[in-house]
Amino acid sequence: MSVLVYTESEGGNFKKAAFEVASYAKEVASMLGTTVTAVSINASNNEELGRYGVDKVLNVSSGNLEQFSAKAYAEVIKQAAEKENATVVVVGSSIDSKFVAPALAVNLNAGYASNVVALPESTAPFKVKRTAFSNKAFGVVEISSDVKLIGLSSNAFGIIENEVSAAVENFEPAVGDENFSVHVTAVDKATDKVSIADAEVVVSGGRGLKGPENWGMIEGLADVLGAATACSKPVSDMGWRPHGEHVGQTGKPVASNLYIAVGISGAIQHLAGINSSKVKVVINNDPEAPFFKAADYGIVGDAFEVVPKLIEKLKEFKANNA
Amino acid sequence: MKILVCISHVPDTTSKINFSEGDTKFDTNGVQFVINPNDEFGLTRAMWFKEKQGASVDVVNVGGAETEPTLRKALAIGADNAIRVNAEATDGFFVAKQLEKVVKDGGYDLVIAGRESIDYNGGMVPGMLAALTGANFVNTCIGLEVEGDTATVTREVDGGKETATAKLPLIVGGQKGLVEESDLRIPNMRGIMMARKKPLTVVDPVAAEEGVKTVQFEKPAPKGDVTLVSPDNIGELVDLLHNEAKVI
Repeated sequence: MSVLVYTESEGGNFKKAAFEVASYAKEVASMLGTTVTAVSINASNNEELGRYGVDKVLNVSSGNLEQFSAKAYAEVIKQAAEKENATVVVVGSSIDSKFVAPALAVNLNAGYASNVVALPESTAPFKVKRTAFSNKAFGVVEISSDVKLIGLSSNAFGIIENEVSAAVENFEPAVGDENFSVHVTAVDKATDKVSIADAEVVVSGGRGLKGPENWGMIEGLADVLGAATACSKPVSDMGWRPHGEHVGQTGKPVASNLYIAVGISGAIQHLAGINSSKVKVVINNDPEAPFFKAADYGIVGDAFEVVPKLIEKLKEFKANNA
Repeated sequence: MKILVCISHVPDTTSKINFSEGDTKFDTNGVQFVINPNDEFGLTRAMWFKEKQGASVDVVNVGGAETEPTLRKALAIGADNAIRVNAEATDGFFVAKQLEKVVKDGGYDLVIAGRESIDYNGGMVPGMLAALTGANFVNTCIGLEVEGDTATVTREVDGGKETATAKLPLIVGGQKGLVEESDLRIPNMRGIMMARKKPLTVVDPVAAEEGVKTVQFEKPAPKGDVTLVSPDNIGELVDLLHNEAKVI
């Protein structure tokens, strides 16, 4: 018996979410009285996982797997889970992890709970809390299958250091050509930007920004905070910003520690997308904007005056706290 | 080309969410149900294939008789046939098992499902269906073209997008971007009249073990009032975020 965690990496380095799922897996393993094994694909810093409680790393190094393939990755994780006799498998909530997880669930005959936000309430029966109804509610689910697959929501658990010495073992799963039948022909990815899924802070703009030419202000605020940028639905519908930045019920969910909404009134569908964020700040010149009811902190004022001042104050703060 | 579009019957996006029976069931009182928005983008894309490339389009839902108006709406938008698997849609695996049989019986070349439904948000049905049927699968699909037996797909990835090719049969988990929101179809009177005459077949469910069951629902704790900061004293917001909220 063990807890297996898939620790996602990019360009040879673990994503921040990998340390979060490892931290979570460590706690689940403690509840079950067992150890944590990570399966790592083409990452170079495997020992680092020991800092978050991983006892053993199955290191998969393969040229075939340099390009993400959901089917192939699901096969790798399945074989790792079988090798380790894992009863619980933990993955993250990135777009790629959510692509892999359903196939993995079928391959392992595992009950799959996605969008999990807390440690299991009990392990026998195995009950865990997840978000539902687009973050407007939670559901406690009971997983009755022998193997349990958990998709942990980003930023729901946090990163917890729990230093152990991670033994790294090379692992060579058999992954046939049939797993590479979707052929990637082009990737268009901004590598220097913080992605919404990974971001601890998200700065989001709405129609109150008046036009795409004013987005420099949002990017400036995001830069000083090391944040990802996002937008409301009307903004992506009007083509001011790409669809990938649209936050809300039919867009991306955001589970950041801090969400700053500038010029967004706060339609119910938008609020559903950001409910999982811990601290919400709204800047809007309309005191009646519904967002003020959902926010923790607010400024009633003109975004074009408030945001540049906020950037200035944050720069001062950073200089004083460097 | 034979296309199947999977349709979830979900509460309207503006619905207030409540629970009944000791917070173990979703309370449908006063709730308007609609086609799941992610499925609506897929249905509209399927209509494009029907009109431009002569595809046939079936729609399917796993649910009780109360979901039929949602299927009829899909027929009114232009789907040719509807199939309802007569069972309560419980966990994602159960739904995927039902769809597996429909897909195998119908011999579909392309199956479009929403990447997730806006009620339970499992995001697992299209991927599980692909694993069960052995078809190629692309999730978070925001672009889809088919020529002959080859599809060109664009999918959203964290921080960008990726384009790929895959042979049919193909299953896609679709979302906004498959078509623009402004291209979504609203059923017109002629479509509604025609939909009444289109076939809606009810089939029995197949046995499938439920691995995951929601045993309790809860709503987030009520939130306290917003703390307002004067626009003339923005430093106070920085202090609050650092000292009180501890997020910077």
